[in-house]
Amino acid sequence: MISLKELKKGLLTSLWFVFLTFPIMVIKVDPFERTITWRWHNAVYMAIGTFCIFFIMKFYMQRKEMKKDTQKDSNDSILQKTLLDTRKRNIFIGTVLAVALLFPQFVSSYQTNVMTTALMYVVLGLGLNIVVGLAGLLDLGFVAFYAVGAYSYALLNLHFGLGFWTVLPIGGLMAAFFGIMLGFPVLRLRGDYLAIVTLGFGEIIRLILENWGTFSQGPSGISNIPRPSLFGLDLSLGQAINYTYYLMIVFVIITIFVVNRLQDSRLGRAWIALREDEIACQAMGIDKRKTKLVAFSLGAFWAGAVGVIFAAKTTFINPASFTFLESAIILSIVVLGGMGSIIGVIFGALILILMPEYLRALSEYRMLAFGAILVCMMIFRPQGLISNIRRTYKFDKTNLKTTPK
Amino acid sequence: MMNKPILNVSNLTMDFGGIRALDSLDLDVNSGEIVALIGPNGAGKTTFFNCITGIYTPTAGDVFVTPPDSNKQINLKGLKPNQVTEKGLARTFQNIRLFEKMTVLENVMIGRHCRTKAFIFGAILRNAATRKEERSILEFSYHVLEKVGLADFANEFADNLPYGAQRRLEIARALATEPLLLLLDEPAAGMNPQETMDLDVLIKEISREGQSILLIEHDMKLVMSLSDRIFVMDYGKKIAQGTPAEIRNNSAVIKAYLGEEVNA
Amino acid sequence: MDYFIELFFSGLTRGSIYALIALGYTMVYGIIGLINFAHGEIYMIGAFTAFIVATVLSIYGFPLLAIVVIAGVAAVVWSSSYAYTIEKIAYKPLRHAPRLSPLISAIGMSIFLQNYVLLAQTSDFLPFPALIPEFAFMEPIAHIVGSSDLVILITTFIVMIILTIIIKFSKIGKAMRATAQDRMMATLVGINVNSVISATFIVGSALAAIGGLLIASHIGQINFYIGFIAGIKAFTAAVLGGIGSIPGAVLGSLILGLTESFATGYVSSDYEDVFAFSLLVLILIFKPSGLLGKTTNQKV
Ligand SMILES: Nc1ncnc2c1ncn2[C@@H]1O[C@H](COP(=O)(O)OP(=O)(O)OP(=O)(O)O)[C@@H](O)[C@H]1O
Ligand SMILES: [Mg+2]
Repeated sequence: MISLKELKKGLLTSLWFVFLTFPIMVIKVDPFERTITWRWHNAVYMAIGTFCIFFIMKFYMQRKEMKKDTQKDSNDSILQKTLLDTRKRNIFIGTVLAVALLFPQFVSSYQTNVMTTALMYVVLGLGLNIVVGLAGLLDLGFVAFYAVGAYSYALLNLHFGLGFWTVLPIGGLMAAFFGIMLGFPVLRLRGDYLAIVTLGFGEIIRLILENWGTFSQGPSGISNIPRPSLFGLDLSLGQAINYTYYLMIVFVIITIFVVNRLQDSRLGRAWIALREDEIACQAMGIDKRKTKLVAFSLGAFWAGAVGVIFAAKTTFINPASFTFLESAIILSIVVLGGMGSIIGVIFGALILILMPEYLRALSEYRMLAFGAILVCMMIFRPQGLISNIRRTYKFDKTNLKTTPK
Repeated sequence: MMNKPILNVSNLTMDFGGIRALDSLDLDVNSGEIVALIGPNGAGKTTFFNCITGIYTPTAGDVFVTPPDSNKQINLKGLKPNQVTEKGLARTFQNIRLFEKMTVLENVMIGRHCRTKAFIFGAILRNAATRKEERSILEFSYHVLEKVGLADFANEFADNLPYGAQRRLEIARALATEPLLLLLDEPAAGMNPQETMDLDVLIKEISREGQSILLIEHDMKLVMSLSDRIFVMDYGKKIAQGTPAEIRNNSAVIKAYLGEEVNA
Repeated sequence: MDYFIELFFSGLTRGSIYALIALGYTMVYGIIGLINFAHGEIYMIGAFTAFIVATVLSIYGFPLLAIVVIAGVAAVVWSSSYAYTIEKIAYKPLRHAPRLSPLISAIGMSIFLQNYVLLAQTSDFLPFPALIPEFAFMEPIAHIVGSSDLVILITTFIVMIILTIIIKFSKIGKAMRATAQDRMMATLVGINVNSVISATFIVGSALAAIGGLLIASHIGQINFYIGFIAGIKAFTAAVLGGIGSIPGAVLGSLILGLTESFATGYVSSDYEDVFAFSLLVLILIFKPSGLLGKTTNQKV
């Protein structure tokens, strides 16, 4: 099955990688003690690892070729098929909801807390999904809007004593306002420039928060931010954690509802058309600037609102929570899940946030994996784990019916 | 109704750096007409479309449209492409530019965008007005698809369509904007003879319903069969205009196409 | 006045380093239209390789000159190899993909490489051995221009001349220019576009590696994160000069280096990075084609 030529090629590849990684992986120097550690085992792992990967890749490519010949589109997953059938879909959603509601009763408050965090990333992912997945605008500074929300709550509470429920919409609107202010000049830029400008904007916001101590209390951050309130009741810590969790569940449901409606609307179609082909989109009468701006600021709104919840949940924020890596994580969620796909993004968030949490051994490799995920997804499965399906319509000659499929 | 002008282009000029792609071009289209714009490769035909639809900003010249129910000329100069479409020019592209990951029907629904209004709150609340509008978009789009013969593919992704069907879909998408004037950039390019014949029938049918059409085409048989009038350009200049019969016998046109020196 | 001259030279030094990195961005962008986000990491890997090799050699007691030469060569060889491999793995399969796909892939690569070095080595700042000695003849003006400033300026100058010669006169340089102008045409006249792209990555990363070596020995410490900030700044410089334009990258870098130096010297050093990022945002908004870049009409 494996020809001699391929074997040779595999060996050469693995040798190349051993050479490539030699200084970084094998040698470790201690410049203070002036000692050298030679980690030859790493070279061996590298050799075996790349050799295996080489053949896995070969195999994968062959299978892909074969699949291409036989059949084309059966890559709808079981999950998608389930969701297409209305009855099955209701059962599925009911089950998920029941599990979600009962979850805190069966696990420790630590676990509940972790899940709340994951849910926050679900909402962040869905928010970024509007911008990147639907409208096709690569926003690398998404975390800035998250920071705007978080600091809105912390500062408005600190100086004016405003409560969580008052600031929740304010934080979202503040972020949306920042989105419009930034979006207005930059949204006419080409896609890759837009990505870099948003990245720069995100870093500017973080650096300002870090350096403008009198405004934001600098790197040490703001602490003692009140948790979400419930009709003025005094909640114990455990209750507060559960309460935040349920709050997040409600918030996730609202977000899904809104995003779902948006993507099958006139506006949603315009976003996708914009993503597919800007020039054709304009030539069909869509105002590019306005459509982009709406997507950008809606995404920012969600980030801002989650920012408020984040500040309330952790009761402490500082600029270190809002680095570029945070934007990269949210982007990984969207890319892994499937750009434009709601269920995809939900799964993406749960996988990427919960996995490193429960596989402690892996958590060290978390960022490494995020980087690898971005690269691999682009190469092997750019549509993500669960690709988006468009709404379809059924027609009767006499009576027009629409069936969401 | 005939002979009332709906498009007036005068003195249109476009420079790309040192290249003059359009050189003081005049052109007009009357209501209900099919007008063809022909010329050798690189003559500047597509550039002409790009300039009048706002994709490029012309160096000089004016573009006016006159809606049939009024006598007021609307100046399109300086408008953005989407505003031009709103004013009534809709186009297709020489190299097909469909929204590939949208369904065929959705592609056409995009064409309805500039004739409808629902926005964020309409989308989220889905109130009665929005539902009604959405329904009208659907009905209109489906109707257009039936007209171009693609109704059976309504739920396919656009990039799964065969080539000829993709060209038809581009026409459907442009028609959905209810244009005063439909601009077709080489609609028959890459089609086999059968597809070209079907296209001929389709364009005649659309025209019979009163649609004014300006078309760029290299297939002379199709041009001669469809057009009421023909404009010929070469190197950015208009070298002839007239009825198909006049153009067929015009020596300047023949020379341009045979590539001879005009003054040889 | 001394202070002014000191700031001026430190600005030039900074600018030269930015230029060495910015050239890689600009060359790659000119040829495949990709913002090679991982370029900053290539520079970081160059610096790290130089650090490892130099430290090993100094432990074994090699003379300084040998250390400088071997570490420099190692930095160039490994940086280029990484860049070559990355292009093959992460960018080449995406050459016909939508425009954002290779950019996302590049961002992923950048994060991956940062964490690869972090895990395989350390997250601490490491002291980089001083490879450039204090020259005795610089003694009288050492308080305004250090020896290492001088070496950096001279090295950068020489490297630029070599690069110019390669691009202007060598076969591969001509092929690069042809490919940058029109890839399709280049293929038709028989240029092997794949090797031109590889060569571009290799040349760009060799420059970045030299930059990495110089800055590391100038500043005296490195860690896995130096590539990110330096990368963004060099990119800013490339955009300022007009991305795709080689003289533009050098000009933009010098301007950025000088402004940063004066701004930190006379105003405040807290906002150094804010300043660079704001400059980037402002240029992209008001003059995305940069100082020496040319505006193009997208063909429809
Ligand atoms: N964006 C642009 N930048 C520079 N030159 C351009 C641009 N668009 C078109 N041109 C030039 O303008 C001239 C006319 O091109 P155009 O595409 O309008 O020709 P055409 O008549 O449509 O040809 P074809 O029949 O091949 O489609 C050509 O020389 C072309 O290279
Ligand atoms: Mg053309």
